[in-house]
Amino acid sequence: MCFYVFISMIDPNRKKIRARQEFLIKVLLLFCGMVSVLTTLGIVGVLVFETITFFTRVPIFDFLTDTQWTPLFTNKHFGILPLFTATLLTSVIAMLVAIPLGLLIAIFLSEYVSSDVRRVLKPILEILAGVPTIVYGYFALLFVTPILQKFIPGMNGFNSLSPGIVMGIMILPLISSLSEDAMYAVPQSLRDAAFALGSSRLQVAFKVVVPAAFSGITASFILAVSRAVGETMLMAIAAGQMPNLTLNPLVPIETMTTYIVQVSLGDTPYGTLEYQTIFAVGTVLFLSTLVLNIIGGKLRAHYREMYV
Amino acid sequence: MDKTQNIKKIVLPGIETMNKITTNPEHFVLSVQDLSAWYGTAQVLKNISFNIQRHQVTAIIGPSGCGKSTLIRCFNRMNDFMPVFRTTGSILLEGQDLYSSNIDPVEVRLKIGMVFQKQNPFPKSIYENVVYGPRVLGIKNKKKLDQVVEDSLKRAALWDEVNHKLKSNALSLSGGQQQRLCIARALANEPEVLLLDEPCSALDPIATAKIEELIQELKRNYTIVIVTHNMQQAARVSDYTAYLLLGSLIEFGETKAVFTTPSRKETEDYITGRFG
Repeated sequence: MCFYVFISMIDPNRKKIRARQEFLIKVLLLFCGMVSVLTTLGIVGVLVFETITFFTRVPIFDFLTDTQWTPLFTNKHFGILPLFTATLLTSVIAMLVAIPLGLLIAIFLSEYVSSDVRRVLKPILEILAGVPTIVYGYFALLFVTPILQKFIPGMNGFNSLSPGIVMGIMILPLISSLSEDAMYAVPQSLRDAAFALGSSRLQVAFKVVVPAAFSGITASFILAVSRAVGETMLMAIAAGQMPNLTLNPLVPIETMTTYIVQVSLGDTPYGTLEYQTIFAVGTVLFLSTLVLNIIGGKLRAHYREMYV
Repeated sequence: MDKTQNIKKIVLPGIETMNKITTNPEHFVLSVQDLSAWYGTAQVLKNISFNIQRHQVTAIIGPSGCGKSTLIRCFNRMNDFMPVFRTTGSILLEGQDLYSSNIDPVEVRLKIGMVFQKQNPFPKSIYENVVYGPRVLGIKNKKKLDQVVEDSLKRAALWDEVNHKLKSNALSLSGGQQQRLCIARALANEPEVLLLDEPCSALDPIATAKIEELIQELKRNYTIVIVTHNMQQAARVSDYTAYLLLGSLIEFGETKAVFTTPSRKETEDYITGRFG
């Protein structure tokens, strides 16, 4: 055996074969890496190209300031504001549900229960993330909305409140699971220190663990918002398809994503102005999530706390 | 103090009555009485009894795994977080049993401060680290908190090094400074007893010397219990020494006596380096 190893080490042929193998592997890995990079570049390229064409036909000023969005009507208006505020409204409602609940669940799992209970509860909670969004859509439309209508008479069948709440539940595992990971990573020595100074469990959680895990918690919020902004099916089903510049959560609206679905599914011919609107809206959507991710990155860098 | 100097060594573990009779309880802060402890079914402390004298340094020494950390963590009930941990016997803090059912462990930890093996400042500013305890107690007055910070840092011999940068992150300090910050943080709660669990094991000799010097300063106002695996350190800083082996208290007495004329063969073997 030893003899064999010795031979193989000085065999020049083997070196050549190995070098060729390494080269092939390198090319293969580079190709795999390039697939995602090129896809991203392609998407951005198409978005930019179609959006520029759109803005040669519709002034960017109108796009940003007009309060009506009626590209499919004869009296055409191209104001993104109703779609943008609709997305904003549903996302805010979702985050109002998901942040407090998600954070409390994370604290509960990380600071209050034994590791056995956590091992059981966490995967169950994560199942929520695996439910298809269309199921959530009908859940909002056919279950949550009728219940809410009992408490809020005059609420429209399509509204932003119900799908907003349901979306909050949908992104809950994202926040609770990622925040719990971040809190669990806080060194036990910091908890010991806080307990030894006479803290209660609650004080340890809020004064030590949450601040120390802040970067991870922020990251979970940002990811959840990005998900909320981009969520399509739920909104298309339960929030309506009526571009409506309002912050009233009880009336039908149309989010950016819903509009894109609406036009894509319709028989809008290629190259028309209506066709190009979906790229302009897509660009706004893309920029929103991009900005969110940049803010998230900055926040994380700013609050990053290092452990010894 | 005269009477406490007369304390007799406990020759056999379990004969707790001896030092109860021969010393004046007035001078005890903590009194360990027939304490046994288990992790699940494994017994880690076996019928330990001894008294800790007010404003003196008591060292707990012994080889790794002898239960010294478990013992010191019993004093502020830090073992409570382990579900499988249980004790019998009692630890009296000025006559009150720390393990009696009407005692709130949080209150215990306010009276008995602790500094850990590895320096563990919060990833916050130096100022925020020191005021953590007072804040937990609900003190909000800025002036008062400022005063606490200055007093505590001075007592921990850290004030002169950090008074110009109280707002900078505690993690920017050196290891020795961080450990003294942890001491200052514990002192901010005005504890009666300060527990030091191998406070120098992660520090270099110079930082260690500073902490040892500080311990001598602190014993004027506080009762100190220190766990150490460094016998020279125990000999240098402590007035009383308890030697633990496999969960049993082999010997307890004045440090000088324990180190010069140990009454038990096991102690002699350990302190002369023949084992451990």
